[in-house]
Amino acid sequence: MAKLSPRHAVVDRDMCVACGTCVDVCPMGAMKIIQGVYASPVEDKCVGCGMCAKECPASAIKVEVRS
Amino acid sequence: MKQQRHWYHYLWIWSIIYFSLGFVNILFAWLGLISFCLPLIFAIGGGNKLFCNRYCDRGQFLRVMGSQVGLSMRREMPDWMKGKAFRYGFMAFFFAMFFNIIYTSYLVGSEIQNLQDVVTLLWTFQLPWNWTYTAGVSPWVAQFAFGLYSLMLTSEVIAIVAMLIYKPRSWCVFCPMGTLTQTICRAKASPES
Repeated sequence: MAKLSPRHAVVDRDMCVACGTCVDVCPMGAMKIIQGVYASPVEDKCVGCGMCAKECPASAIKVEVRS
Repeated sequence: MKQQRHWYHYLWIWSIIYFSLGFVNILFAWLGLISFCLPLIFAIGGGNKLFCNRYCDRGQFLRVMGSQVGLSMRREMPDWMKGKAFRYGFMAFFFAMFFNIIYTSYLVGSEIQNLQDVVTLLWTFQLPWNWTYTAGVSPWVAQFAFGLYSLMLTSEVIAIVAMLIYKPRSWCVFCPMGTLTQTICRAKASPES
C-alpha cells in the first residue's frame, strides 16, 4: 500500500455544490464527484497541496493533517 | 503534473459564440436551451453532474477569465450566498422567470400581446435589439428567443460580476441548473453516498 501524504483535503459535503472545480485543478487527479452530490478525494492520491481548497468557490474544502 | 487537455476544455468558446450569434440574429438564442436540457439529461439519465463538471461552457469561461486571465479578486463569498436558502430561492426565482418567458411567448402566439423586440437585462433594463429580428418566423418563436437571450445575458452578467469579486467559478455555487441537478442527483443517489 502506498504511503499516505501527511496532509489531505477534507470536503464539507453539505457545503459542496459538486461543480467539479476541484477535479479540474487537482494536479494529482485525486478528486472525484460522487454521484453528482459532493466531491471526495481519493485518499492514496491526495497529497494535500491545497489547490482544490484555493479554487473551491463554496469554500467547502480544507486541508488538514491526517489523524 | 500537467493535466492532459481534451476537446471539452475549449467549450468556453461556445459562450462567446452564443452571445455573438444572438447579437446578429436573435433566433440563435434558442440554442440556449442546450444549457437547460443537457444538465437535466445527465442528471436524470446518468445521476451525475457531468455537464457542470466537464461540459459547462459558462463554468469554463469563468475559469479562463478568472484564473488564467487573472480577472478575479478571489474574495471569500459571504456565507449567505453559499447557504441553501439563497441557492434554492434563486433557483425558484430563475425558473419563475423562465416560465414567465414561456407564458409571454404564449400570449404573443395567441395575439393577446404584441412582440416586444427588446432584450431585458437584469429583469429591468430594456436594451433595443430590433435589428436582429429579420427572419420570417412566428412572433412567439421570436418572443421566446428574446426572452431566453435576456435570461442568458442576465445570468452571464451576474456570473461575471461574481467571478470578478469572488472566486472564478462562484456562479456555480448558486447556478440554478447546478442546484437543480444536484437536487436530482441527491434524490437518485444510493443511500450510502
